[in-house]
Amino acid sequence: MPKGMFVDTTICIGCKACQVACKQWNVLPGEPADFRTDPVEKIPVAVNFTGDSYDNTADLTGTNWRRVRFIEQFPENRAGGRWLISSDSCKHCNDAGCLNACPTGALVRTDLGNVALRQDVCIGCKYCLPSCPYGVVAFSHETGTARKCTLCDERIHNGLGTACAKACPTGSIAFGEVAELKKKADARLAKLKSLGRGKANIYGYKEAGGLNVFYLFDDRPSVYGQPESPEVPQRRLPMTSAVTIAGAVAVGVAALVAFRERGQSDRGGEEVEK
Amino acid sequence: MGSNMAECHPVAFRWPLKAKTEHDAVLMHVDPRFTRTSAMCDVHVPIRAGTDIVFLGGIIRHVLESERWNTDPFFREYAVNFTNAATLVSPDYKDTEDLGGVFSGLSPDGKKYDNASWAYQRNPPPSPPAGKPETLSDLLLRKVPGRPKTDPSMKNPRCVLQVVKRHFSRYTPEMVERVCGCPKEGFLSVAETLLANSGREKTSNITYAVGWTQHTVGVQIIRNAAMLQALLGNIGRPGGGVLALRGHATIQGSTDIATLYHSLPGYLNMPDGRKAHDTLKDFVVTEGGPVATSFWGNYPKFIVSYLKAQFGEAATAANDYGYDYHPRITGDHSHMPMFLSMAEGKIQGFLVMGQNPAVGGQNARFQRKALAKLSWMVVRDFFETETAAFWRNSPEVKSGELSPKDIRTEVFFLPAAEVPEMDGTFTNTQRLVQAHDKAVDPPDDARSDTWFTYHLGKRLKAMYKESASPRDWAIRNVTWEYEPESREVAAWRVKDEPSAYRILKEINGYTVADGKPLPTFALLKEDGSTACGAWIYTGVVPEEGKNRAASRKADAWISPGWGFAWPANRHIMYNRASADAAGRPWSERKKLVYWDPAADSGTKDPAGKPVIGKWVAPSGEGIDFQVTKPPMFRGKDLALGFDWLSGNDAFIMRADGKAWLFAPAGLVDGPLPTHYEPYESPVKNPVYAQQVNPVAKVWKVEGNPYHKTADPQFPIVLSTYRLTEHHLSGTMSRWLPWLAELMPELFCEISPELAGEKGIRNGEYVTIRTARGEVQARALVTRRMRPFTVDGKTVHQVGLPWHWGWQGSAHGDVVNNLTPMVGDPNVSIHEGKVLTCDIRAGKKGGGAQHA
Repeated sequence: MPKGMFVDTTICIGCKACQVACKQWNVLPGEPADFRTDPVEKIPVAVNFTGDSYDNTADLTGTNWRRVRFIEQFPENRAGGRWLISSDSCKHCNDAGCLNACPTGALVRTDLGNVALRQDVCIGCKYCLPSCPYGVVAFSHETGTARKCTLCDERIHNGLGTACAKACPTGSIAFGEVAELKKKADARLAKLKSLGRGKANIYGYKEAGGLNVFYLFDDRPSVYGQPESPEVPQRRLPMTSAVTIAGAVAVGVAALVAFRERGQSDRGGEEVEK
Repeated sequence: MGSNMAECHPVAFRWPLKAKTEHDAVLMHVDPRFTRTSAMCDVHVPIRAGTDIVFLGGIIRHVLESERWNTDPFFREYAVNFTNAATLVSPDYKDTEDLGGVFSGLSPDGKKYDNASWAYQRNPPPSPPAGKPETLSDLLLRKVPGRPKTDPSMKNPRCVLQVVKRHFSRYTPEMVERVCGCPKEGFLSVAETLLANSGREKTSNITYAVGWTQHTVGVQIIRNAAMLQALLGNIGRPGGGVLALRGHATIQGSTDIATLYHSLPGYLNMPDGRKAHDTLKDFVVTEGGPVATSFWGNYPKFIVSYLKAQFGEAATAANDYGYDYHPRITGDHSHMPMFLSMAEGKIQGFLVMGQNPAVGGQNARFQRKALAKLSWMVVRDFFETETAAFWRNSPEVKSGELSPKDIRTEVFFLPAAEVPEMDGTFTNTQRLVQAHDKAVDPPDDARSDTWFTYHLGKRLKAMYKESASPRDWAIRNVTWEYEPESREVAAWRVKDEPSAYRILKEINGYTVADGKPLPTFALLKEDGSTACGAWIYTGVVPEEGKNRAASRKADAWISPGWGFAWPANRHIMYNRASADAAGRPWSERKKLVYWDPAADSGTKDPAGKPVIGKWVAPSGEGIDFQVTKPPMFRGKDLALGFDWLSGNDAFIMRADGKAWLFAPAGLVDGPLPTHYEPYESPVKNPVYAQQVNPVAKVWKVEGNPYHKTADPQFPIVLSTYRLTEHHLSGTMSRWLPWLAELMPELFCEISPELAGEKGIRNGEYVTIRTARGEVQARALVTRRMRPFTVDGKTVHQVGLPWHWGWQGSAHGDVVNNLTPMVGDPNVSIHEGKVLTCDIRAGKKGGGAQHA
């Protein structure tokens, strides 16, 4: 039975406990690029203030596997203003672009449905990076490998939930069997709809073959920085190939025609009339 | 209101969210800023900082004038039986409406109130008992006053309800809009929602934190909420109440076991050299006398048992149980006056545990400079805090104001253990005591604060062992037996950690003869046969070896088996009010404690017949009332405590058994909340001619200058506050890269309107200035901040979280360099939530704006 997470963004308070729990369990450092060493005190000094609401993480990286996004939507008169908050990470797609692209088998789908990234098998080729429609997989210059959330592979294979879900104080991140979580998500969506929140939607039932980490949003996915219709690159292969072949044929034909025309002109067009 | 619960109490905020998602509760947030709490709520109403009393007063007026309050019999029944609404106030009382914004009793210099005119009208006192008083209780019995006069029709113009109505009559929705700067529609939606969700079937809760306390009218704001909840019948009932969110993690415990200078454990008052406290008798009569008709009628039992816990066998009836040797206070020794004395060179030594005043202290520059006047200072902490390092690298050292070679303070920095490195308890917001176990030894020489205090005490006792001087009596005789049993330390490297269990047992109390723990404070005695460190905790160790704080049995509601809620595992205080005057539940839905007339009380009357009828709580909730007192019981006029209180006197800690809409005693700044502007404000008080709380604590000393009202140099309102990502002065967060990176640098929240006026760009540097100092911060320009229109004039407001300092991984200026030392007159808390400032683009000293 696949396991996954249901992220109810409508009760996410943006405390970032999930980010800290993720770093603690996975032994990820404070983002190296964000700290410099004070020349006098010889201690690290954080300088990664972004000015983008309360998000100073800015991106999913080799050391930030989770990021809480803050979206401020306030008209000038503040009427109906909203501060949307959602905790973002790897979605463990059923049709995982990264896994499709991996040449060594470092990226694997386990029996619980999560997409793990085996560090001892990864050769750092980075093919997975552009293959992820969400920009989740990142290259770590510290390890020389690709890195991302593994759905706490070793925890969930030992009867525990994910570290982020465990740390979440409001239950916004729930870990469990995907089928059970979907029931919970459907009930929550129905509730929001009944309260007149018409734009509420579940993100992840259809996208990328279905996401094992899926979201309840209060507005369109793009508002939360998620692609409305994420494209797994490999699924574009037949179409891309067809376009490439057609293109090649067209170029070939054009070349033939061109050569032919040139030949004709060289020969003064007499042959055509022959 | 007055709280940013989602950010500052994120773990507890799961409960409001559960109420919202599972029970359709409406969450409303009234706050100057749009915070992460506002983002979670159904309604956010912004108000100008420091106008809470106008908003709450407006709701009280709205409620009292509403059709619902005046027609639904629930509200009147609750008010007549459980509040002092019907009680008559002295004809000498004059309201702010009569005196232009002040109450009767203000001294000619306008600095102090005499509260005699705020008293109740009373019937003649009962005739005193015959014979000579023999016990402390006999003395109190002679102090029992006549019962307050009441008018149950609540029509008498001197009755509290009418006084309250007149007092708030000018707090109209239009006034709220004009003073608070919020549209009256927003105000009315809050008032209507509260009213609609209160009554027999529903209750509403009001939650606050330091957003209400940190004002020169802090106590009055909180009282205002308590009054509103009493009027709405929301106290003593499930889902109701006024919830004070206490700080992390055991601030409640620290007031219970009295780290406050003026209080002994269990909220007994501290012996005071300025009061009539010469002997134990004097102390009991002065402190216990005025409250003897409440449960405080047991004051003699509490204080004698406390002294027995302190001094053990040396405390005898002959020596007043060692009362003469107990320390006394001689003035206001709270945080700010302490630093003022320090600056004057009156304090030699300073022990700092769990605090970082170089960052957290108000007017922090003043406080850091005061540290340089000490002879010695001991700082115990996890990291070298700014307080520990002030002598070598503080901004004052860098600027040359202080020089390490001139500072005479000898600083001892000792490593402290963290919570998982010791056994102990937390007491939270709900007075819930929860034990925690040691998980790991502290590293190297780090030790718990308990260890330090215990071993310091042992060494002091050894030093004074041979002293014959009477002034050393207390240190020689103080009980100090907390040696661990070998099994308590068997697993650990640190073998001399004191026993947390033995400390808790002393707090709980025991019989002196056999040392057995006391299961309930009802068994405390005033004859020296019982010892008890803090009576409110009695029952947490009900029998030897049993610690209810360690119990972890949860259920779907009250969870009486989870930890121990003092007093006596009562989770909802005054819960007798969850039933009507006749003892019936107000409704099936809100049933909690009620009178079962058929139940066998388990006691027998003097004739030996079983007493039938008792209060019951099927949920297992502790009953905050005398279990066998029938609802219609009429209290005896010449009696103490429970014997004086009647069957509808649910508020057992009040001398009249009622919730106080009008406070005849106990407050130094008036019996009713009144809007005063913050001590520093850009506007003149639109409500009264009196600008500020006349009796606010003000210290006009060098180095602590204040801004004038509507000072053109400082036209902008400033609030200081906290974020989820950091903890207080940052000692537990700024040193940890995982937390430091989340909020890496000091920032200032600014509305785009103000940023536009000042040429400030998002992400770049700004400088914020007051007469006390200036700080630079990164600008966070956001529409979550907004300008307010007050009396037609625009008032801008900025906000600064105050977690940063110059030590640790995440650096920033100390925001408290800006704040003044000015305080609430009742509790001396500073006014950190609102002051005035100026702001400009660019770094301090004219540096570029660019980051």
